[in-house]
Amino acid sequence: MVTHDTGGGHHHPPTGFIRKYVFSLDHKVIGIQYYFLALFSVFLGMALSLLMRIHLVWPNAKLPFAPGGQMTPEQYLALVTMHGSIMVFMVLTTAPQSGFGNYILPIQIGAEDMAFPVLNMLSFWTTFVSLVVLVSAFFMVGGAPISGWTAYPPLSALGQITGPGEGAGQTMWVIGLAIFCAASLMGALNFITTTLDLRTKGMTLGRMPLTIWAWLITAILGLLAFGVLLAACILLLLDRMAGTSFFIPGGLVVTDTPITWHKGGSPLLWQHLFWFFGHPEVYIAILPGMGVASHVLSTFARKPVFGYRAMVAAMSAIGFLGFCVWGHHMFISGMSPYSAFAFSIMTMTIGVPSAIKTFNWLGTLWGGKIQFTTAMLFALGFVSLFVTGGLSGLFLAQPSLDLYLHDTYFVVAHFHLIMGVAAIFGIFSATYFWFPKMFGRMMNEPIGKAHFWLTFIGVYCIFMPMHFLGLAGHPRRYSDTSGANFLAPLHSVHYFITIAAMITITAQLIFLFNLFYSMFAGEKATDNPWHATTLEWAIPSPPPFDNFAGHVPSVYRGAYEFSVPGATEDYIPQHLVPEKVGKAY
Amino acid sequence: MPETLTPDIEIIEPGHVHGGGGDVPAGGDDDGDSGSGLPGIPQRAYFTAIQLALVGIVMFFMALTSSFLVRKGLGDDWVAFGLPRVLWLNTLVLLGSSVTIEVARRHLHEGFAAAFRRWWGFTSALGVLFVAGQLVAWRDLAAQGVFLATNPSSSFFYLLTALHGLHLLGGILALSYVAFRRWQRSRITQVTAADLASIYWHFMDGLWLFLFALLYLGR
Repeated sequence: MVTHDTGGGHHHPPTGFIRKYVFSLDHKVIGIQYYFLALFSVFLGMALSLLMRIHLVWPNAKLPFAPGGQMTPEQYLALVTMHGSIMVFMVLTTAPQSGFGNYILPIQIGAEDMAFPVLNMLSFWTTFVSLVVLVSAFFMVGGAPISGWTAYPPLSALGQITGPGEGAGQTMWVIGLAIFCAASLMGALNFITTTLDLRTKGMTLGRMPLTIWAWLITAILGLLAFGVLLAACILLLLDRMAGTSFFIPGGLVVTDTPITWHKGGSPLLWQHLFWFFGHPEVYIAILPGMGVASHVLSTFARKPVFGYRAMVAAMSAIGFLGFCVWGHHMFISGMSPYSAFAFSIMTMTIGVPSAIKTFNWLGTLWGGKIQFTTAMLFALGFVSLFVTGGLSGLFLAQPSLDLYLHDTYFVVAHFHLIMGVAAIFGIFSATYFWFPKMFGRMMNEPIGKAHFWLTFIGVYCIFMPMHFLGLAGHPRRYSDTSGANFLAPLHSVHYFITIAAMITITAQLIFLFNLFYSMFAGEKATDNPWHATTLEWAIPSPPPFDNFAGHVPSVYRGAYEFSVPGATEDYIPQHLVPEKVGKAY
Repeated sequence: MPETLTPDIEIIEPGHVHGGGGDVPAGGDDDGDSGSGLPGIPQRAYFTAIQLALVGIVMFFMALTSSFLVRKGLGDDWVAFGLPRVLWLNTLVLLGSSVTIEVARRHLHEGFAAAFRRWWGFTSALGVLFVAGQLVAWRDLAAQGVFLATNPSSSFFYLLTALHGLHLLGGILALSYVAFRRWQRSRITQVTAADLASIYWHFMDGLWLFLFALLYLGR
């Protein structure tokens, strides 16, 4: 491997505990910090969903936190809101992009760190503050907000009068989100600059691993989307605290109190701003998973990615179209049928690049010598969930069908499969794949496979039946349906879902055990345990402080040179000098 | 007697190594800033970053602009009010500051450190004057009984001027940083930093012209 000295530019490792592990400038430490922030958040979010599932099936169950032991409808809504907000922002946005992106991206492009390490540290700690502020909503007078993760006004804008949690709790929620926007903008700027300007010699755009492409496109989406959410949050805060009427219409009467001090505002304006951010946000969650799935499928099928350029083009198209389809969340909000038609066509167009990606994943697998590692299983699971969740998107994209399906469990099933669980499978795949590099030890494969099968079957058992609930007209966000006779026969479906959720959530404890056990007692990992090609496998596991110990490798070929005829091994690392390709390495 | 180049400014050829060109490595790399304890990066990365930051800021203000247009178009309660006359003066001050910052920047590029500091100082003073002028405009409106929550038109006026003012205060901080920081131990050169601050400053100037036009024509 030919390297070039970086001319004394490399930095020296910090020595104190605080600078090394807390306020670290090292992208690897920051990546792991993000990962653990997301890990904490995902278990918190899961606990909230478990409480919701228990309440839906056993409404009289005594729950520890509820006064008198009974959950009120408002408390149920608070759980809905916080589950969604924590999962979307603190898990799906942080782990795949800020977590793995931070750790892996600089190494894969041959950089010693992100372009702006101080900014990187700031974005992590800003994210941490936003998590603290968001979770603090639980402890405000009235508790957490009840307006859902989309916080539609006027419910979210009028304050305490609209319900418990709509006072200080909703305020903390809005502030927490605004802080999160700032953190994400800093992160996006750092990711794009690093990818554009810090690639090593020979790492042309066409040789970048698809993970890098995915993180780059995700960062671009973040840069364009989070500023819009920030603006919306500021307007909402002013409506709540300064008496303005951006979103609050006149003539409202809330629990017999006429609202006379607001008039003329447009609740639709919030929906436009929120979903202009919110739809790209869906792709911010899923695109890194697409990158990881492509990368892992190729590695363990021992074949190049089928249609590399098409994959890049498809991800770019998905990213671009993501900004043109926000209206499909608003079909029943009072939209001109012509606009709805345009949004509908644009939305269904996303099916084209999505189908290209799926076709190419299958093409990558076709005829490969497939190794069923746990990382591979989760990547395959990602493809499966992406297809299942994506297909129901085509139903919801049609205004005529959406009139019926909107705000039913059909939507819950759709977005959990594609945005929630598929993205989580991407995170799991990345975890099992890069764990050896990050911690220098292997994760336990048999336990990992047990975790995969329980989770894979479990999530299908949870979310597939929700399609039928939705088709039967079951509305989402209802804490109690005992008053609606037509929903009574569906109780057994709810019962099945709750049992499946309990088993699936328990299975995540297996993952947690595997993660921590392997961190300390796993089998020692070699530098390149998967016989993979990209630069992170050219350095020790775990990597030294400045990644390449001052000798950054050059790159001579694309990222997926597997099973090349004439090579001595079935993989050719990106950094291997051409003269050595025919010889042992 | 012409001023001389401050010795700690190093002139870097931007980005001759990184960025993935070519197949074969050449020797040598990087611009070798090692004093800060952080890895060296090509100076052009800073220009990439400032452009990206401006893209983010554009999206932020475009979201507010479309809110302005939607709120005005959908609501039936929009009441126009006369914009304070001092805004025209403020606009001239800000336009003037774009000229002075350009003069300062060119002095720095030519190595005239003292002239650079003088014009850089003028620019900061004009920036402070602009912000003070905006506060005068606010007081003027308040004296007429027009406050933040009076009408959506005034809400947007206060909001947009406040957010632009905050961004400009950030610019003034950046100017002070460029003027007073010690450059011996930094990854970024003073020339680059001054270029970045100028780009940001011109952008804030242009943004104000846009917002002023929006507030004036859309009132």
